[in-house]
Amino acid sequence: MTVPTAEGSTRYAGARINRVEDARLLSGRGTFVDDVSLPGTLHACFVRSPFPRATIRGIDTSAALALPGVCAVFTAVDLSPDVKEQWHTSVGPDGPETPRPPLAEGEVRFVGDAVALVVAESRYLAEDAADLVEVDYDPLPAVVDYTTAEQAVTLVHEGHGSNLIGEMSGLPAAALQEVFDSAAHVVGETIYQQAYVPVPMEGRALLVDYSAPTGELTIYSATQAPHEVRLFCSRLLGVPEQKVRVIARDTGGGFGQKIMVQREEMCIMLAARKVPGPLKWIEDRRENLIAAGQSRHEHAAVKMAFDAEGKIQAAQIDFVSDCGAYPTPYPVSTSSVVGALFPGPYRVPRASFTAKTIYTNTVGRTPYRGPWQFESLAREMLLDIAARRIGMDPMELRRRNLLRRDELPYTNPNGMPFDNISPMETFEQALDMLDYPAFRKEQAEARAAGRYLGVGISNYVEPSAPGFGYYATEAATIRIEPSGKVNVYIAGGSTGNSIETTVVQLAADALGVAIEDVATIQGDTAVTGFGAGAAGSRSASMTAGAIRETAAILRERIKAIAAHKLEAAPEDIELGNSRASVRGTPTIGVSLGELARAAYFDPYSLPPGVPAGLEASARYTADTRFVWVNATHLCTCEVDVATGAVKLLRYIVSEDCGPMINPSVVEGQIAGGVVQGIGGVLYEHLAYDEDGNPVTTTFMDYLIPTATEVPVIEYGHIETPSGGPGGYKGVGEGGAIGAPPAVVNAVADAVSPFGVTVTRLPLGPAQVLALIETNQA
Amino acid sequence: MGEATVNVTVNGRAWEAVVEARLTLADFLRETCHLTGTHLGCEHGVCGACSVLIDGAAVRSCLMFAVQADGAEVTTIEGIGAPDGELSSVQAAFRDCHGLQCGFCTPGFVVSVTAFLQDNANPTDREIREALSGNLCRCTGYQGILYAVHQAAGAAGQQEPA
Repeated sequence: MTVPTAEGSTRYAGARINRVEDARLLSGRGTFVDDVSLPGTLHACFVRSPFPRATIRGIDTSAALALPGVCAVFTAVDLSPDVKEQWHTSVGPDGPETPRPPLAEGEVRFVGDAVALVVAESRYLAEDAADLVEVDYDPLPAVVDYTTAEQAVTLVHEGHGSNLIGEMSGLPAAALQEVFDSAAHVVGETIYQQAYVPVPMEGRALLVDYSAPTGELTIYSATQAPHEVRLFCSRLLGVPEQKVRVIARDTGGGFGQKIMVQREEMCIMLAARKVPGPLKWIEDRRENLIAAGQSRHEHAAVKMAFDAEGKIQAAQIDFVSDCGAYPTPYPVSTSSVVGALFPGPYRVPRASFTAKTIYTNTVGRTPYRGPWQFESLAREMLLDIAARRIGMDPMELRRRNLLRRDELPYTNPNGMPFDNISPMETFEQALDMLDYPAFRKEQAEARAAGRYLGVGISNYVEPSAPGFGYYATEAATIRIEPSGKVNVYIAGGSTGNSIETTVVQLAADALGVAIEDVATIQGDTAVTGFGAGAAGSRSASMTAGAIRETAAILRERIKAIAAHKLEAAPEDIELGNSRASVRGTPTIGVSLGELARAAYFDPYSLPPGVPAGLEASARYTADTRFVWVNATHLCTCEVDVATGAVKLLRYIVSEDCGPMINPSVVEGQIAGGVVQGIGGVLYEHLAYDEDGNPVTTTFMDYLIPTATEVPVIEYGHIETPSGGPGGYKGVGEGGAIGAPPAVVNAVADAVSPFGVTVTRLPLGPAQVLALIETNQA
Repeated sequence: MGEATVNVTVNGRAWEAVVEARLTLADFLRETCHLTGTHLGCEHGVCGACSVLIDGAAVRSCLMFAVQADGAEVTTIEGIGAPDGELSSVQAAFRDCHGLQCGFCTPGFVVSVTAFLQDNANPTDREIREALSGNLCRCTGYQGILYAVHQAAGAAGQQEPA
């Protein structure tokens, strides 16, 4: 794999390097939170509300406490007084957050709301005891339907005074009235998406080890953001930050759900100081499906104006999202991004939006991979509906409106400054990969034979690696050890995103060392600099920046030492394959091991001004506030009009994530997101009944795709470097953004002979059949 | 709480333990044997992360009590590769084909695929997909896993030509 060549050309970035994470994970030697066992560990189980809304009249813990092996039962009166501050860094201390008691205080606000926390010697005993906690509830009317919640008399949070959490808007709709009034075509619909959720295979998990003599807490956490867990804990308990150490070794998926500390984790942090041993909470699947959060679940009235040629004149979206009882974090700003990005990668001269967030007595909204993906879903569904109404091919309609490279940079009407994207190129590449005309022919032949094939497309552009607030910086420490082997310390927060391998690849290139000589240490706040973790598709770009900055310091130092040793000028030294050699004379060189030995063990031999050792830390600040990334998803399907079943035939993704650090990792991220998006359209629904009871609380009810349902995903790649380090772009979320509209549009296209307009998700067999039957009647 | 003695061989090592009758095999493996590679993703028999081999057959260890494994030979993910750390052909194929990301479901997949390829050395794509349908993965979209099983089947075929 290593190719010793000229300066900087030992290139691992771009290669399909096998992952450094895999050996342990394939052999059962990973370290997930539940795999950590500390002596004397105690186990937590929550008592949860069976009512969507009720007054808690009393809690009798005596029977639970009497059970042998039970250490404690906590209720709100035990934990709430210890709360010092509780706010997420992305929102800030003065943000208008929802009041968030660790355990319910006086009132439960959704089925699954934690009312009491039982601590026992084993999880089995804790569950036994949880059953013995008697809670006297007085059920109250609940706000279940978010679409009517704003007008409801019942309030989810009495103190807030309204079920409307917040509202943001762009240009007022009235400003576009003239455009809509005079347009050749105006197409509008209300698009609705059901709730579906991240469902990491490992639920949330926390193990808190409190040392009373020192006041220190060591926390093992299933998290995407170890430093955020530490900060949150230190604020919550009023403990100095350096007394909290958070360790996140292996985490079994997150997809947004594990970025922010939620109420259960607050409880474990608070309770850990009151029990005589480390306290472990491992969320089970039922809890994950009723209490870890909801995502998606939103609708919008959307409208576009077109001229006679199908060119978009204006776009308008009025967006409303269900945020449940305890959204984490404050959801209002994210909702406004749906509005701001609704025009997408198209030439849209005018736009307006409103975005409302609503409280209900259901589980709180949490981030999920592409948290504003509704903008793409609604826009791409609307474009297909518009094409059908205007009588134009949906691809041609898009072709007339997609942004071209020669129009960049382009600021959309809501102020989003697009650059370094290639929407037209990914679009045409995807259509070529499919052979679109051939598919239309095949479709026509199939229809003649009574079979219903469809094709659906979506184009999107999304911001990755945000250069704002605490997301805008990332640190790296690199230690070239005395043996010449390299350790790279990065904040981390991997939940499957391969960031260990990425770091090793990038550091090997940046230092000119053999990849076998590089290791990385991540997910331990005791030894890594602050970083915001795996969120916002930021890991690749930001860690590339951090490594670039830090490696530059070390390269200079290595070259100075080598030049001194080899009696050459530093600018004539080149680094490659763990050696420093004189340019043009590769036989004259010195190994990194020898240089490191000198740097550590013979510091007086170093040239003047060069410090001992080969260690450096540096911090990268984002080169650019937006790293835009775009893609086109294109899929084909067959709908069985007798059963309503949808079978996906081909699935093509053409994306532009800039240069790929590791194509396998890029494809893996896309595939995972795509299949989550497919699941969201065809199978998944975090459903409540009309009384507010969750009805999908196991994997027998909440259906995620299996290997029998997924298509083979085909990848096309356009490479437009970003303005950030290495030209890299984020690719973690896009799959989940692009897939839902492509799948919906394919199904809608397949059933279009029935005159069907698809505006609601999901599209399970029952819904597809209902659509066909309604339109046949 | 009822207790019983269980004698079981795990990855070649004999265990005798007195356990609660309600202790699941998964928890016995994780907590008594300290073999934490067997993961619990749902505890109701759907996700397959807890799959282990019992006398060579893939079984969900969350749906079985430890006492039911009395007298059995259990192989967990820790027993699939060689003691010196060398990966089995199935494990190596998962690594080569990027068949894992977070790695939480992976032990169950490796165990299931190992058992499947022992029963069917030359599977079709349809048979592979059916065989994998009892294991859930949320990271990979199954793409790398499917390629891995095809590769491992090829490798298995080479080792034991039909």
